[in-house]
Amino acid sequence: MALKLADYRTSVFVDWCPGCGDFGILSAVQMALVDMELAPSGVAIFSGIGCHAKLPHFVNVYGVHTLHGRTLPFAVGAKLARPDLEVIAVMGDGDGLGIGAGHFVNTGRRNIDMAVLIHDNGVYGLTKGQASPTLKLGVRTKSLPKANINEGVNPIALALASGYTFIARSYAYDVHHLKDTIKKAIQHHGLAVIIIQQPCPTYNNINTKDWYSGEDRVDPETGKPTPRLYKLEDSGYDGVVRRPEEAFEKYAAALAKAQEWGDRIPMGVFYQNELVSTYEERISKRIPTYLQNPPSRQLISDSEGKPLTSIKKMLEDLQVTGFEA
Amino acid sequence: MINVVKEGLVWMAAGPQGSGVDSAANIFGRACCYGGLNVYGKREYHSNIKGLHSYFHIRVLNREVFADVDRVDLLCSFDAESVVRHIFEVAPGGGVICDADALTTRIFDIPTWTQPFIEEFRNALDSKGIKPETVGDLLKEAGKDNVRTYAVPYMAILQEIAAEMGEEKLSKLTRMINVLALGASFGLVGYDKAPVEKAIRAVFGDKPKVISMNLLALNKAYEYATRKFGDFGYKLDTVPTDEKRIFIQGTQAAALGKLVGGCRLQTYYPITPAADESEYLEENEVLQLEQSAVKQSGGSILIMQTEDEIAAINMASGAALTGARAATATSGPGFSLMVEGLSWAGNSEVPVVVTYYQRGAPATGLPTRHGQSDLRFAIHAAHGEFPRIVMCSGDIEECFYDAARAFNYAERYQMPVIHLIDKALANSNRSCRVFDPSLVRIERGQLLTEADVKGKEYRRYQMTESGISPRLPLGTPGTVFWNTGDEHDELGHISEEPVMRTRMYEKRMKKLEIADREIPVQERVNFFGDQDASATVVSWGSPKGAILEAMKRLRQEGYSMNFVQVRMPHPLPSEYIAEVLGKAKKKIAVEGNYTAQLAGIIAEKTRIAMDFFLLKWNGRPMSSDEVYEALKLIMQDKSPKRQVLTHGT
Repeated sequence: MALKLADYRTSVFVDWCPGCGDFGILSAVQMALVDMELAPSGVAIFSGIGCHAKLPHFVNVYGVHTLHGRTLPFAVGAKLARPDLEVIAVMGDGDGLGIGAGHFVNTGRRNIDMAVLIHDNGVYGLTKGQASPTLKLGVRTKSLPKANINEGVNPIALALASGYTFIARSYAYDVHHLKDTIKKAIQHHGLAVIIIQQPCPTYNNINTKDWYSGEDRVDPETGKPTPRLYKLEDSGYDGVVRRPEEAFEKYAAALAKAQEWGDRIPMGVFYQNELVSTYEERISKRIPTYLQNPPSRQLISDSEGKPLTSIKKMLEDLQVTGFEA
Repeated sequence: MINVVKEGLVWMAAGPQGSGVDSAANIFGRACCYGGLNVYGKREYHSNIKGLHSYFHIRVLNREVFADVDRVDLLCSFDAESVVRHIFEVAPGGGVICDADALTTRIFDIPTWTQPFIEEFRNALDSKGIKPETVGDLLKEAGKDNVRTYAVPYMAILQEIAAEMGEEKLSKLTRMINVLALGASFGLVGYDKAPVEKAIRAVFGDKPKVISMNLLALNKAYEYATRKFGDFGYKLDTVPTDEKRIFIQGTQAAALGKLVGGCRLQTYYPITPAADESEYLEENEVLQLEQSAVKQSGGSILIMQTEDEIAAINMASGAALTGARAATATSGPGFSLMVEGLSWAGNSEVPVVVTYYQRGAPATGLPTRHGQSDLRFAIHAAHGEFPRIVMCSGDIEECFYDAARAFNYAERYQMPVIHLIDKALANSNRSCRVFDPSLVRIERGQLLTEADVKGKEYRRYQMTESGISPRLPLGTPGTVFWNTGDEHDELGHISEEPVMRTRMYEKRMKKLEIADREIPVQERVNFFGDQDASATVVSWGSPKGAILEAMKRLRQEGYSMNFVQVRMPHPLPSEYIAEVLGKAKKKIAVEGNYTAQLAGIIAEKTRIAMDFFLLKWNGRPMSSDEVYEALKLIMQDKSPKRQVLTHGT
């Protein structure tokens, strides 16, 4: 029987602020799971700390709400111990790119087959609106005593430099685009990250829904707003690496594209390269039985509790007396 | 002539780091073992790659050896510094093998001295009333105390070897100075050459050219020593034995215990002295399985080198959620970074194991040296209250069995387990009986499978009488659950309701009481010595060996004592300890820290205060001699309340 959206919901009250971009992200995640017909028990969503982090409690799949900034280590540990699990890591911008930046970079190097979603609203919502690492220099959102004194990090460029093999941007209020991008990220063979632009109606009064849709830039001729967000695929951009020799060219193009912000903000897939080996493949080269019998599936004792691991050979290598004549 | 087999020989290899001190000691230890002798090796090194001083003590006996002693019988030095540093440790009747070219080296021209060393050394010279200018002068002075010098012309012998091999570059051969010194050592004590050659083959493995060069060096130096020196008072003989023994260090013992115990994923961030364990595991990542496991398609352990220790503990927890036995290994600075993750594991009831190799602290402290100052930290680390189990091993065999058992505790009680080891155990090479994996039993606690939850609602944090909720591996088909670092309800969803908070908190905490009730006292303490003795020593960790040897000597002198070795300081088997201490007139704490941490915990839990404290924090393990002397003072009623032990260079 086909699963319905209701099968991916829980009875937990969704307690985000009215108008929060997180609602769109939650819907898109649930819709992607329905479309992909993924059984709830085959999926695990990991989150960090912050507004985004409540998301797993609202989705009826395995949900692990971890520590501030530590989503990726938890997710990686579970994924590598049980590689058939579909793992989705959701993080905030402060969570994933501030306190957890080291994990963001180093997970990129591993290219593990899982999807990372970054809720990017430019502020630390749950602690009442401090500047997050993605907030641009000089911007003063409403609860900041002073304008932001730091430059914002460019998450797309950082993901590229770190080795993510699928890098996309989407928008919390374009639920269909987001859902399709999440599906692509899950289907991607390797480590995928989506930077999700997300208005925070409570604390970010600069990068608002109206700002993204360009309500401040009404075309005098048509009388219509000029949206800031545009779709890469509509502009003829193609970030998919299909042959090894075009990897650098596509990487460079993605890096250039990642610089666009402000008047025109690209959405869609910046870069995708499935020619890079995944961590699981790298392990399998060393441990041929890894995928059939990963850490979580190995029997370690018999029915009486006798260990099944033999260290006989290792002890023989250490043995110094009592050799058989 | 001293019969070494009976009295023991303490041999020390000493030289700059990078000059092969470790491999010389490894060869020496193995050669002794191959000849049926027992060895205990202690490694001391600077936090440095090349150039600074390091040494390796090997104590050889014809019985199992558990600890080091103060004296050195044969100092096998590679350079001038090693002679100066260790000359006053050499026992009367002992000898010094040194480079003939080093004799003219002026002592205070040696470039690697530190100011504190120079001051200490000048004080030592003053107190002896001597004023040596050169290394040769110093050795002459030592000769007055019956310490003999055996100068070996390392470079001249190397030139001979170069000529025989047709090797033009002498610099390529200088790395064999260690084997020359080793060959001279064995020649001097007249040991059988066959086990030494076997050890060289074992240590240099699959490099035939290196093996033949080193065998040549061994033979040249061995012959030189037999030809030139005839007056050394020690003779080392092989002893026939049928007993199977291994030559192993603590990190390897813990690694083997983890494998047998079913650990299938280990994370680590490089740190001394813990990293050796993970590297050894990674070398052996593809596992051999017992016959009874034929149905399995192969076993393996996945070793993950992480970006930091924060990732290490949390990645291990993530893996443990899926039902895999998972661990991480670290030292003090790394554990400091892990504490928030530990708190999450405690709150979410994750069976994660941390193998904690203590070293000299605080901060970076003495990164390559010994310390035992993290007991309270292991017990109390992280914010909030949550149950955990802390274990500590006292010798290399215990490292093996405890490492395996840690996972049983973790899974049975669904809580983090911290297994404390210290640097003295981590980096000691010892010959010991072969571990017996058949003594290990795997107990996974209440672990559910798909069949158990099929068609039922599953509550990860179900309230139960014992506080233990049946655990399901994440990813099991047919249901789902939630985990959170927030306080939560039975399903694992966030809950801030005061009634739920009170109950869930209590449910977690109760597990420690259950563990305390269920885990038998034999698994938590070792008792040694006379039941009715009036003096009781209490200790934990590596001092065990030194205490046992000291007690044996004291017993021969008529002093009756007993010893409670605590292997589980948390939860502390306090009733048992109170019972033993209640009978003791002299209660003595022996610990490698300043504040007597275990004694403090015992006082807290039993209200019994210790009478005497033997404490040490100079970065060096306790020797059996210093423990013997300190305990004797106590037994003779001549001891102050607190004695600070200071042996070691």
